[in-house]
Amino acid sequence: MAGNNKVFRRVANVIMVILCAMAVIPFILLISSSITSEQVISQSGYSFIPRQIDFSAYKYIWLARKGIVRAYGMTILVTSVGTVCSVFLTTTLGYLLSRKDLVGRSFLSFFVFFTMLFSGGMVPSYIVWSQIFKVTNTVWGLILPNLMLSAFNVILMRTYFTMNVPDEILEAAEMDSCGQAGILFRIALPLCKPMLATVGLFSALTYWNDWINGLYYLTRAKELQTIQNVLNSMSNNVQFLKDNASVSIGLEFSQHIPTLGVRMAIAVIAVIPILVIYPFFQQFFVKGIVIGGVKG
Amino acid sequence: MKTNQSTALYSAVITSDPRKSRIKRLRKYRSLYILAIPAIVYLIVNNYFPMAGLILAFKNYSYSKGIFGSKWCGLKNFTYLFGSKWAGIMFRNTILYNLVFIFLGTLIAVVVAILLSEVRSARAQKAYQVIILIPYLMSTVLIGYLVFAFFSSDNGFINNSILKPLGFDPVKWYMKPNAWPGILIFVQMWRSFGFQSIVFFATILGFDKTLYESAVMDGATTWQQITKITLPLLKPTIIILIIMSIGRMFSTDFGLFYQVPQNTGMLYEATTTIDTFVYRTLMEDHDVGRALAAGFLQSVLGFFVIMIANTIVRKVEPDSALF
Repeated sequence: MAGNNKVFRRVANVIMVILCAMAVIPFILLISSSITSEQVISQSGYSFIPRQIDFSAYKYIWLARKGIVRAYGMTILVTSVGTVCSVFLTTTLGYLLSRKDLVGRSFLSFFVFFTMLFSGGMVPSYIVWSQIFKVTNTVWGLILPNLMLSAFNVILMRTYFTMNVPDEILEAAEMDSCGQAGILFRIALPLCKPMLATVGLFSALTYWNDWINGLYYLTRAKELQTIQNVLNSMSNNVQFLKDNASVSIGLEFSQHIPTLGVRMAIAVIAVIPILVIYPFFQQFFVKGIVIGGVKG
Repeated sequence: MKTNQSTALYSAVITSDPRKSRIKRLRKYRSLYILAIPAIVYLIVNNYFPMAGLILAFKNYSYSKGIFGSKWCGLKNFTYLFGSKWAGIMFRNTILYNLVFIFLGTLIAVVVAILLSEVRSARAQKAYQVIILIPYLMSTVLIGYLVFAFFSSDNGFINNSILKPLGFDPVKWYMKPNAWPGILIFVQMWRSFGFQSIVFFATILGFDKTLYESAVMDGATTWQQITKITLPLLKPTIIILIIMSIGRMFSTDFGLFYQVPQNTGMLYEATTTIDTFVYRTLMEDHDVGRALAAGFLQSVLGFFVIMIANTIVRKVEPDSALF
């Protein structure tokens, strides 16, 4: 019987290792494809072991780095502005809702909560942002629509404030004549750092990975594209190279640019920051998923 | 001076008459209201304006005439929408994919969570958790690239390194709609199983350890512990999460269905969901009416389904209901 349990645990470990491998393997294919020479790719396809290591894709990117550097700059700009705004909005609204004797508390809570139940959807949202606020082809088109504030985060934040900031401390602070805003910034926020980190990280991940706003709102201003938008338009532009479409154009094109490798190399460049930063923050991700998932 | 004022305000809440205290409480939180104005304005603009904008589904919207200038047109947009063969296809795909995602996704996540909880080495357990979450961090564009590296007809790994050596003819994957339900389901499972597993795993970690200890004392095998303790305790969470995801029945991840099949026309039959249909009609065909009608149905049906789901949850397990 005890042997039985041991077997079970061993099986559990084996399956987990297989699943972990499955989670990681596609990235190995991606990286190895980016350092394989163009001829090898076009002869024998993308493969896990580069038969002939060749950095020409990266060399090409280095030569054409202006575009990539700019796209990276846009990603960093959009992510940092978006995340700061998002944390600010989530905190201020979440804290307001956490005040128990607030006038209009239940109305405001419903006002926030209702946005989780019902949404106008993409079309009216597009019309509002593009026709009323004219964000099309401006950097605001990447920052403002949809991503900045989620009602769900506000509610998580409110709950966190109520649970982790004891009333006695707030009362004491009121006695000490801290203004309410002062109490929020000097007392409540320092007590809620883990939640701030979680909201900040998820928001940063959302902005970093977003390409849909670029798809909708950057119709002409290609110089504003983030790295994800570049990836997206590359996958469309080389679409005619792909597969069955006119092979002749493909051959002609590929004489100048190592297209097959370059695509993968840019994807690698886009993914590396996340893979590098992630291990340091993973505990917040796990925590965030746990708080968010169970009540979501 | 200021000290007196704030202590006075605080006691006023408890003692004085409600109307007066209301004004005082409004004053007390004045600065917090002001701080929250940007957030409230954002919700009005980003969430409430579009809700109001849904009435455009009943108008013949034109960009030049604007929201108020466009003429009413009754149900024309809807009859026009259902005149297209895509209306049926997108509803079918949206619902079927979601059903598979919900049930298969939950099954995989529960199994993985249980396996993870059976791993005894704390370090291994942590490492597994960290690694299975990696796909969840990736943008759908990037996932589209990964899929392309495997499935591209000319250069893909599957055609070149699996089918060819085995003597099969290469398959033009991006021209075969039949293959895509399978591919998309696999991709969705791949990217989301880590996330979902961790939700269940966290729930399992919260279970009373003494139950397991006494079961072991009574000679229960691991299998018995799983079937007799873990699963029954996990059942409420499973049910709640399933019902809640049924509440999102009419929404799909736009990126998964647009980016992963690389918006390939040949595959629309298998990849069109409400979200990709809306994008295509709005941004590619510039056919606002159809997009509005499809979006309207998505929003309204989504709202009904989530209300129904919540009502059911409230019956099954009141504590877990959204409201």
